[in-house]
This record gives sequence, structure tokens and C-alpha cells, in this order.
Amino acid sequence: MTGSLHRFANPARFQRLSQAALPWCTGGTIVAFAVGLYLSLIGSPPDYQQSETVRIMYVHVPAAWMALGAYTTMALASAIALIWRHRLADLIAQSSAPIGAGFTVIALATGMLWGQPMWGTFWVWDARLTSVLVLLFLYLGYIALINAFEDPERGARAGAILALVGWINVPIVKFSVDWWNTLHQPASISRFAKPALHPSIMTPLLVMAIAYMLLFATLLLLRVRTATIEHRLRTLAMARARG
Amino acid sequence: MTRKRRRLYAVSAGMFLLAAAAALVLNAFRDSLVFFYGPSEALAKSLGPDQRFRLGGLVERGSLGKDGVTVTFNVTDGAAAVPVRFAGILPDLFREGQGVVAEGRMLNGTFEARNVLAKHDETYMPPEVVEALKKSGQWQSEKKP
Repeated sequence: MTGSLHRFANPARFQRLSQAALPWCTGGTIVAFAVGLYLSLIGSPPDYQQSETVRIMYVHVPAAWMALGAYTTMALASAIALIWRHRLADLIAQSSAPIGAGFTVIALATGMLWGQPMWGTFWVWDARLTSVLVLLFLYLGYIALINAFEDPERGARAGAILALVGWINVPIVKFSVDWWNTLHQPASISRFAKPALHPSIMTPLLVMAIAYMLLFATLLLLRVRTATIEHRLRTLAMARARG
Repeated sequence: MTRKRRRLYAVSAGMFLLAAAAALVLNAFRDSLVFFYGPSEALAKSLGPDQRFRLGGLVERGSLGKDGVTVTFNVTDGAAAVPVRFAGILPDLFREGQGVVAEGRMLNGTFEARNVLAKHDETYMPPEVVEALKKSGQWQSEKKP
């Protein structure tokens, strides 16, 4: 099982596979966003309490999911990089960080715009909002840390440890609304309960979730490809400089 | 034991210890991590007029009264209710039976709110569906906030 996974750690093989996958991911992202945005902005009913404001959810919720998803990707890749020392895993972890930070900013910004008309405030320091802000700082801290070393290998090592330590925050974000009293409402979709969403509201949300996932895959593939080429160029330049 | 295996164990042990530490810390700070107290909790703590806190619950049906710009209502959790006085702008979602979080202090048995926020639940439905559910008597709006 691990043997077959380790085949993908070969950068040349990754470049070949990602080149084949990239157009499909890009096309899928465009189609999913076109369908998802149509369904969520035009083709779905207003909410019985929030009326049209509920449409912010279709942008906000998948962004928050992917903010956690990107961090988990980053932490998993960091663990693989620390244990098996695959260069590609380091590149995946480092490439996930700015994308995840972007998703976190989208989730925070749309959440504030939603909170003002519904709750009556842009921001409160409840457990959910605070832990998501901590998530953003973890992303920014990680990006700063990996670039703070002259030797990229050492920066990657330090960053991987920070990514793993910071992963503790991911379940805290997820379960904050269940563990403590918060202003933020609990999850509408849970694996163990019947969803509190009507199908006409659930469908656009799920399509948007797929669109965000494909967007993450597309951006990640692009960034890892670029990082792999950059890494090879640097290695070649070092080899030439040595003689 | 190979170096890779040793690193695998080290990372796993590190993550386990970290998770345990985080769980202990969060458990110790449980009381300060809540955003609001429910009416029962607030009454049990018998907080004085110099202690500001947030009170959360449902606006009790039939308790809403208006006197000029001042509104009075009861916040309930089903078991206990606390009367609230507030002079200011209420959020759009504020109504009887709806979740609410008020910030203020207790004064002579009444919660003097400085700020009132609406709290909605995780249910999203089109208005027609709610109408149909109400007609067939399957609608329960009195949920725990």
C-alpha cells in the first residue's frame, strides 16, 4: 500500500500526471462554478427567515470547508515530508498555504457581511469566529516561517512542524459550535443527523462545494508544478555554481 | 527500527501528546470559552450589577412589550426566564420565539441590555415549505438556541 503511494512521490511522474489532470480540473472548476452560481443566486428559493441574505451562505460555507480542507492537506503533506523526506510533499504543503489562507479570508469576509444584517454585528469574539481568525494567523505564520530561512530545506522542516502543531486548531474550529455556546449556529450538514437544509437549498450548496474543491485542486496542481520546476532550476544552478 | 519508522513514531507520539494537552487546556478554560450564559446558568451564578455578561436564549412568546424606545422581553431556555430591558435598535431577525444574545448586567432582577444580537439556528428552508409544514402541524419552531 505504501509502496504504491510512494510511486507518486517521483517529481517527474508527478509532472506528467498533473499535466494530464490539469485541463480536466480547470474545465470542471469552470462548469461547476457556472452551475453552482446560477443555482445559488437565481435558481434557488429565499429562506423563510433570512430571505435573500441566505445566498451569502453558498459562498461562505464552502469557503470555510475548504479553509479547513486546505489546512488538513498542508498538515498531511507536512507529516509525509517529515517522516519520509519526500521533496514533493514539502512542495504540496507549501503550495497549499496561500490557497488556504485565501479561502479563510473569503470565509471571514463573507461571514462578516452576513453577520451584520442577520446578527446585528460584523464581529464577535465567540469560539467559532475566534478560532477561524487563529486559523488565518496560522496560515500567515506558516508562510512567514518557511520564507524566513536562507536554506529552503530548513525552512520547510520548521514549517512542517508548525503546520502539524497548528492542525490541533482544525477540530477546534469544526466542533467549537457544539462544545461551547457561540453566536454562530451549529453545522447544518452533519454526518450523523438529518440535514437541516431543504433539498432546494442543499443542492446549490453541494454544487458550490464541489466547485470550491475543484478550484483548490486546480490551483494546487498549478502551484506545485511551478514549485517543482523552480526547485529543479535552483538545483541545476547550484550544481553549475559548484563546478 | 529504521530511521523512517522512528520518525513516524516520533511524529505520532508528538501529535498525541499535543492533542492531550490541548484537550486539557480547553477543558480547564471551559467556563470562559462560552459566549453567553443561558437564563438558568445566569440565575444560578447570581451575578451582581458590576459584572457584565452575555445572556442567551429564546425570546419568550407573548413577553414582548414596548414603551417608547425601550423594549422589554423575557429570555428563556424553557426552564427559567430572565426579564430584559433594552433601549436601542434591534436586529432584523429579532422576534418572539427567536434566538437572541444580549450583553449587559443584572439590576434589581432585570437584565439591563446594552446590546442585543440575533441568533438564528441552522435550519434553512423556502417560505412555502414552512407554510406547508405549519398547515400540516409538523412545524416545530421552539428549538433550543
